[in-house]
Amino acid sequence: MIRIHLPAHLRTLARVEGEVSLDVRGQVTQRSVLDALEARYPMLRGTLRDHVTGQRRPFVRFFACEQDLSHESPDAPLPEAVATGSEPFFVIGAIAGGC
Amino acid sequence: MNGVRVLVGTRKGAFILTSDAKRKRWNVNGPHFAGWEIFHLKGSPADPDRLYASQWSGWFGQVIQRSNDGGKTWEPVGNQFTYDGVPGTHQWYDGTPHPWEFKRVWHLEPSLTDPDTAYAGVEDASIFRSSDGGKTWQEIPELRRHDSAPRWQPGAGGMCLHTILLHPDDPGRIVIAISAAGVFRTDDAGKTWRPMNRGLRSEHIPDPTAEIGHCVHSVTRHPSRPDVLFMQKHWDVMRSDDAGASWREISGNLPTDFGFPISVHAHEPDTVYVVPIKSDSEHYPPDGKLRVYRSRTGGDEWEALTKGLPQRNCYVNVLRDAMAVDSLDACGVYFGTTGGQVYASADAGDSWTPIVRDLPAVLSIEVQTLQ
Repeated sequence: MIRIHLPAHLRTLARVEGEVSLDVRGQVTQRSVLDALEARYPMLRGTLRDHVTGQRRPFVRFFACEQDLSHESPDAPLPEAVATGSEPFFVIGAIAGGC
Repeated sequence: MNGVRVLVGTRKGAFILTSDAKRKRWNVNGPHFAGWEIFHLKGSPADPDRLYASQWSGWFGQVIQRSNDGGKTWEPVGNQFTYDGVPGTHQWYDGTPHPWEFKRVWHLEPSLTDPDTAYAGVEDASIFRSSDGGKTWQEIPELRRHDSAPRWQPGAGGMCLHTILLHPDDPGRIVIAISAAGVFRTDDAGKTWRPMNRGLRSEHIPDPTAEIGHCVHSVTRHPSRPDVLFMQKHWDVMRSDDAGASWREISGNLPTDFGFPISVHAHEPDTVYVVPIKSDSEHYPPDGKLRVYRSRTGGDEWEALTKGLPQRNCYVNVLRDAMAVDSLDACGVYFGTTGGQVYASADAGDSWTPIVRDLPAVLSIEVQTLQ
C-alpha cells in the first residue's frame, strides 16, 4: 500500500482524515500514485495537476524520504520506501506567503 | 421558511446569513470552505435550495461546490474548464499576444428555469455552461472566437467575464460583460455575439469610443424590463434602453462616477443603487464616508443614503458582485465591503444596519427571498 499525506485543505475536500492508503499497480511513480489518488477521490482532479497538461500546479510540491521530488519526472520511480509503504508520499501546499 | 438567505463569498470562505421577513435578527452560518477564496455563490431561481459556489485557491486552483439543501451540505462537482479547440491569444498588459489560460470562475449564473443548468463566467474571459448540475462544463466558444478577441486586454483584476444576464422571456438572449473588453450580447443562445458598447466613452484607451476595450465593472437589469440595462463602468454610470445597442451616461450628480456594483430595486425598475468610490488608485469612498446613492428616476438624479453607514474614517471598497436586493416588501438592499462588513437595509436603502462586521474581505453577495 502506498501512503499519501495530503495538505489539510485537500483532506477536507476529499473528506478524509489522516493519511490515505492506496493500491498502485505497476511501477510506483508520481504519475501512477496521483492517477490512483484521483481515481479514488475524483474531487481532487485539477487541484494537484492541470486537467489538460497534467503538469503539477506551481504551488504544489511532492516530498518523500526527506527529498523534494517536485522537479523529478512524473514517470521516474519513487523511492523504494514509498513503494513499500514504509514512508509516505507527501503532497505539500508550498509556503508562498500572501494573505 | 419565509425570509431571506444572504450568500456571502469572502476572501477566506463562504457565509450564509439568514433571517425571517422582518430582517431584524440574523443567523450567521460559516465559514464554509474555510481558507479558500469564494468568488461567488448563487442559488437557482427554479429551486432555491440548489446553490452553486466558486471556490478557488492559489495553491489548488478551481473547485465548484453544489448544495441541494440551501447550503447545509455541499458536494464538489466538476472543475474542468477547458477551452474548446486551440484557444488562441489575447493582448497582454504590454500589448503582446498572450495565450488564453483558464484561471478561475468569477461568476456563476444558474438558469432561470432549470436547476441543473448554470453558466460560469471565467478568467481568461469566456462563458461555460453546465446542464448536469455542474458535473461537467462546456465552453460556449463563439464568444472567445469573436473577431475582436485577440485585441481584448485584462483589467487590473484580470481578464474576467463577470456579468451574465439571462433574459426572462427570451432564452436565446444573453448579455455578458468582460473587464476590459466591454459588453457583448447573443440573441441565438451563444452562436453569435456582438459588442454592445456604443455610447461608452473611456478616456484611458486610445480611441475613447472604440467598439471594444471598455472596463465595464458591472451590469444589471430589472426582470420586468429586461432590455433596460444599467452599468457601472470604470468611470461613468450608464443606461441602455435597447438591450445594450446604445448607452447614455446617467452619472448626474454623483460625487464620483467610479465604482463597482450596481443594483436595481426589486419592485421599482427605475430605482437604482450604486456605491461611489474614489479612483483610479484609492478605491475607497470619497471623504471617508460610506454612502450608497439611489436614483428613483432611472439615473441622472441621485440621493445619498447614509443613515447607519459610517460617515467618517471609512476606507473600504465594495466589489462588483457585492451588492444585491431581496424582493420582500419593502425591498431589502445588501452590500459587503472589503473590510468584512455586510450591511442590510430593510427599507429600500433609507437606513442600514450591519449584519456582521468582521468577516474576511467580501467578494460577493447574493440574496434569495424564500417564500
